[in-house]
Amino acid sequence: MKEFDPGDTPSIASLTDQVRKLAVGMPATSVHFLGDTAVFIGAEETAAMVNEAGEISTVTVHGGAVLCAASDGKRIVSGGDDGKVVALDAKGEVAVLATDAKRRWIDNVALHPDGAVAWSAGKTAFVRSGRGEEKSFDAPSTVGGLAFAPKGLRVAVAHYNGVTLWFPNMAAKPEFLEWAGSHLAVTFSPDNKFLVTGMHEPSLHGWRLADNRHMRMSGYPGRVRSMSWSVGGKGLATSGADTVIIWPFTSKDGPMGKEPAMLAPLQARVSVVACHPKQDIMAAGYSDGTILIVRLEDGAEILVRRNGSEPVSALAWNAKGTLLAFGTEDGDAGLLEF
Amino acid sequence: MSEPSSQKIPVTVLTGYLGAGKTTLLNRILSENHGKKYAVIVNEFGEIGIDNDLIIGADEEVFEMNNGCICCTVRGDLVRIMEGLMKRKGKFDAIIVETTGLADPAPVAQTFFVDEDVQKNARLDAVVTVADAKWLSDRLKDAPEAKNQIAFADVIVLNKTDLVSKAELAEVEARIRGINPYAKLHRTERCKVALADVLERGAFDLDRILEIEPEFLDAGDGHDHHHDHGHHHGHDHDHGHSHGGLKHYHDEDMQSLSLRSDKPLDPTKFMPWLQNLVATEGQKILRSKGILAFTDDDDRYVFQGVHMMLEGDHQRKWKDGEARESRVVFIGRELPEQMIRDGFESCITT
Repeated sequence: MKEFDPGDTPSIASLTDQVRKLAVGMPATSVHFLGDTAVFIGAEETAAMVNEAGEISTVTVHGGAVLCAASDGKRIVSGGDDGKVVALDAKGEVAVLATDAKRRWIDNVALHPDGAVAWSAGKTAFVRSGRGEEKSFDAPSTVGGLAFAPKGLRVAVAHYNGVTLWFPNMAAKPEFLEWAGSHLAVTFSPDNKFLVTGMHEPSLHGWRLADNRHMRMSGYPGRVRSMSWSVGGKGLATSGADTVIIWPFTSKDGPMGKEPAMLAPLQARVSVVACHPKQDIMAAGYSDGTILIVRLEDGAEILVRRNGSEPVSALAWNAKGTLLAFGTEDGDAGLLEF
Repeated sequence: MSEPSSQKIPVTVLTGYLGAGKTTLLNRILSENHGKKYAVIVNEFGEIGIDNDLIIGADEEVFEMNNGCICCTVRGDLVRIMEGLMKRKGKFDAIIVETTGLADPAPVAQTFFVDEDVQKNARLDAVVTVADAKWLSDRLKDAPEAKNQIAFADVIVLNKTDLVSKAELAEVEARIRGINPYAKLHRTERCKVALADVLERGAFDLDRILEIEPEFLDAGDGHDHHHDHGHHHGHDHDHGHSHGGLKHYHDEDMQSLSLRSDKPLDPTKFMPWLQNLVATEGQKILRSKGILAFTDDDDRYVFQGVHMMLEGDHQRKWKDGEARESRVVFIGRELPEQMIRDGFESCITT
């Protein structure tokens, strides 16, 4: 069988006919919700905002490639190869937060719920607090990823051979969590007990922050580019394999010594994952364009989009969990309302 | 979903020791009226004065891969830059990576073998090394980096030939050939070289591994010199010896080794042998290439490799009347010659 055709499988419920197609006119690299407005971030220059009525308006955010974007639900902050850090709000207003003095690429951005924003250019990570104070930290090598801890002003800076935990408001020396290899993405568990990185090699690495005990999560055929915490931080859903891989984080040991759940297997690789904010379900996008909604408890699947296109590259729920937005590498986009 | 090879963006790696003229060549490439747009990745601390729209500063961060293979290094910054550049697909036709004068080309090349995402969109076209005709001989003695760059090259631009005498030029060329007889060599002044000679070479394209013959420039005295250099002198000497006016040098620690067989090879022996060879001696082997005739196989098999990384495939049918000869070439440092020869011999079907 060359092509997987979920249409012939009667056990799969389908919502494909309820998806509202959106002519955003560009491939989306990520999608975020500002209230009930879905904002698709393009690969270059623009963002497309889609309101509840399905009206699309485009906004120019960068003068070149958009390299990274993060959202706290109130605004989206993005970094570009124009050296700018830009904020976009629900009204479509764009504000330049910072411009790199050397016009270096802004490789990573992160947002803190209290309004602080972090970004990186080359080896330097910057944090601007909600009050506007700016601090910087030079990592030993190029910053691969940034994340704010859920509590306090603490930033995880991923780089080659480990992660540095930086406390921008404290004189204390940054804490270094060492693990050989290149760490490209980083996320704190919502309970602040674990830190997980996506590595250049197809594996994850984690630390239990109480004692810095290592957690190795490997076995992926491809690099893990998308990670999403399930509701309450019970599990970490990941892309990179031909099933959704969900590592359990309910016990004090995290996933140590446990098998991950492997749900929704297809003959294509999972390219992006997004857990529902309120319920134990998630959405998964695949390299063949398929999108499924998966119930975490038993792996039951609902088809949202059929296969037969370029990979799904953007996937997000709104905060209430009533809207799911998606975009693909070949410029298709859609919205599903529950 | 990998793009067909022809649709992947070609990447030219530009190396050369400090002051050899890399920036001159780069500017020549960029300023020529070719109607193409290049994205240029330069070292942030390198020379300035490059006039191009899309120019990206790199940090030359060399990362070891976590696969237990210590020579398996990649340019971490390049992985990141390539990802960013791919968001601007369609805005440029090709990529040129300029390395610092002291850089080893291997991590750059290996980045295009190892990283899945980089591989999906881009292909390594060739390693082009600019060499200074006046100073290269000295650098080959005191700078291992310079020797690496010559050994690794697919194309060598021997620059500043106007600053040396004919005899000095012959001397430096002989030294280059002592290390790497397979690269295309172009003598230039101020890097005046036809762009077709440095770009779109397809040097890493398996389909273009058509022949593996050492290149010998004629000595310029009107005689046709053809030397079969399929043998390797095991003695280390640093004086040139002359065959009818053409000097030969044998570099003390960097050599090329060429193997050939008229009889077919046994694939069940050859493939494990080759894989084991690069796994155990891959640190010494900078480049490898081969065209193979296997027992009971009407297709030519071709392979090429960088250190421990190999890629190979059936290329095409052997043509009628074409000699089914296997040829394998290794360029490397302190190659265990006898061991490699014996191993190769043992793969020949008897």
